[in-house]
Amino acid sequence: MSILPQLAFLLVFAIAGFIIYKRVSYLKRNIFLGKGETRNDQPEKRWKTMLLVALGQQKMFKRIIPAFLHLLIYVAFIIINLEVLEFIIDGITGSHRIFAPFLGAVYGISMNIFEFLAIAVLVSCVAFLIRRNVMKVERFTKPEMKGWPALDANLILIIEIILMFAILTMNATDQILASRGVEKYLLLDGLFFSGFIQPLFVGMSDATLVFIERFAWWFHIVGILAFAVYITYSKHLHIFLAFPNTWYSNLKPKGEINNMPEVTNEVNMMLGMATESSAEPPAEIGRFGAKDVNDLTWVNVMNAYSCTECGRCTAECPANLTGKKLSPRKIMMDVRDRAEEVGKSLDAGGPGFEDGKSLLGDYITKEEINACTTCNACVEACPVNIDPLSIILQLRRYVAMEESGTPAQWNAMFQNMETSFSPWKFPPTDRFNWADQVKNEETK
Amino acid sequence: MAEMAASGKSPEILFWVGCAGSFDDRYKAVTQAFVKILNKVGVSFAVLGPEEACTGDPARRAGNEFLFQMQAVANIQVMNGYEVKKVVTACPHCFNTIKNEYPALGGNYEVIHHSQFLQQLINDGKIVLQGGGAFKGKKITFHDSCYLGRANDVYEAPREVIKALDVELVEMKRCRTKGLCCGAGGAQMFKEPENGKKDINIERTEEALATGANAIAVGCPFCLTMMSDGVKNKEKEHDVKVYDLAEMIAKDMGV
Repeated sequence: MSILPQLAFLLVFAIAGFIIYKRVSYLKRNIFLGKGETRNDQPEKRWKTMLLVALGQQKMFKRIIPAFLHLLIYVAFIIINLEVLEFIIDGITGSHRIFAPFLGAVYGISMNIFEFLAIAVLVSCVAFLIRRNVMKVERFTKPEMKGWPALDANLILIIEIILMFAILTMNATDQILASRGVEKYLLLDGLFFSGFIQPLFVGMSDATLVFIERFAWWFHIVGILAFAVYITYSKHLHIFLAFPNTWYSNLKPKGEINNMPEVTNEVNMMLGMATESSAEPPAEIGRFGAKDVNDLTWVNVMNAYSCTECGRCTAECPANLTGKKLSPRKIMMDVRDRAEEVGKSLDAGGPGFEDGKSLLGDYITKEEINACTTCNACVEACPVNIDPLSIILQLRRYVAMEESGTPAQWNAMFQNMETSFSPWKFPPTDRFNWADQVKNEETK
Repeated sequence: MAEMAASGKSPEILFWVGCAGSFDDRYKAVTQAFVKILNKVGVSFAVLGPEEACTGDPARRAGNEFLFQMQAVANIQVMNGYEVKKVVTACPHCFNTIKNEYPALGGNYEVIHHSQFLQQLINDGKIVLQGGGAFKGKKITFHDSCYLGRANDVYEAPREVIKALDVELVEMKRCRTKGLCCGAGGAQMFKEPENGKKDINIERTEEALATGANAIAVGCPFCLTMMSDGVKNKEKEHDVKVYDLAEMIAKDMGV
């Protein structure tokens, strides 16, 4: 027998592997365009968060229907990948259903479970397509979803549906061939779901069926490899990045905004206080706050690549709900798109960050970041613990401290605080006046 | 505080009044109510009076880290000077800032929100509620402040305080972790909102009114302002009152 199919398979597998390797290196480089940040304290809590939030999908269940449909696809993805292992071994060795003889009856049961999951994926993907395109669920139709993001989402769902059809077609034709006693094909103990589509194929000749079966087999495995490559260009990256993303979650109270030690040094100097680091040479004077992706931290950028654009953040954002331009999802998409732009430019020998553009201004406007109430609803809503607020605050810091570009009313508030130590213009000596009434009443 | 320190006394708690508590005409009543409760119960406390400055919360959230740290460092110097150990405040923004953000600048205190402190006093039997007071049997809804709830995971203390009043606590659709902001956080209190189709406090007030509650309870000066404005905008200010938790307890205690 010809070993041509085996060679072809190895070649396809190697090419896919190489492309994925290149893509992963590229994505890693882009994520580390962000500044360094060490976040590996409390490892136990981090593993636990990852297990609960990423593996256990804990936060998905705030919206029960999509959570259930998503869970079916997720479980199917993990379990059907076991079958892909068999595909790979079969592809390399030229065997057919290599696990069947070892597993006996268990193999048939497993195949039935796989088929059930394939059906579950089909149903879920169709439901998701309906939610996006027919019901037009509001969070999927926001302005930032126009064009590629909407197409990307639909493509993923359609590819998954086609891949599931390939599995069912393969099993249906495979079993007809087995029942006819064609060489190499093994009769399994009744495959329930693919049995339903067998009538489509029973009238065909052995040769046609072998062709369809082989075509479906190749289509499925090549499809999976191609999909794996596609994912690296897509919002679908969340299936992998959700894990590191949740591991590197912010474990501090959500209300806490990180301190800027470089400012502390200057404040202490102004107040004539000794600074701990005064003996050290002054650190390289960077920017205060963030203007572009390289001012953010690598965790911020990883957050952006982990975002699957579900829009639960935006659906909970009080500013967005009341018609303001701010959308936390758009903040994440903008960070990713800018990182992509810079990354591609660098690879092409272009100017990278020095292209005259920046995240703030060309992607995200002040009107957007100024509308944020820092309420943490977006952070709470994200199923994979993305933190859009951290980015918004860093951009605000740049606007306030590098550009002095905050709204006039905020500037007035700053001025009141500088002169009267209160955001309102009251004399500090009046701070205790409220007590007069209490004292009067008590002396009466 | 200065008087107490001068006479060598150290109070059990420092009551951090905050800027709204000191200057906002409506919210001063909350400060007064809380102080009356403390006096009635006999808690030894002090306030910083004119030595208190804004915690810097709105400056930091508007991006002005310099101004925030100037305020913070000055406050920490004052509090450390008096050897303050325990701080109670009615403002979730002050609470969050002193509790979570001052440690990085050398200010380490036990910080408690007044809802938690009131709950402790009720649980310890130090506050004896008359029940059957002004609120008995009334429907009350509680509006979660972002800086108490999501920011610091304090959801139950204010609810326990309300329930102690023998009232019917009704929840809004968006409550606890899903609570909708009043619209004032992140320094929004100090500027007009960006263009949109609606103000956030109106959206939230509509939700609160939809519960059919007789009163809206809050635990934050900004929420108090925003919800009161919202109720006024809906011309319901005669039917639905907005109260801080401390006001409700003080009213029931008859102080």
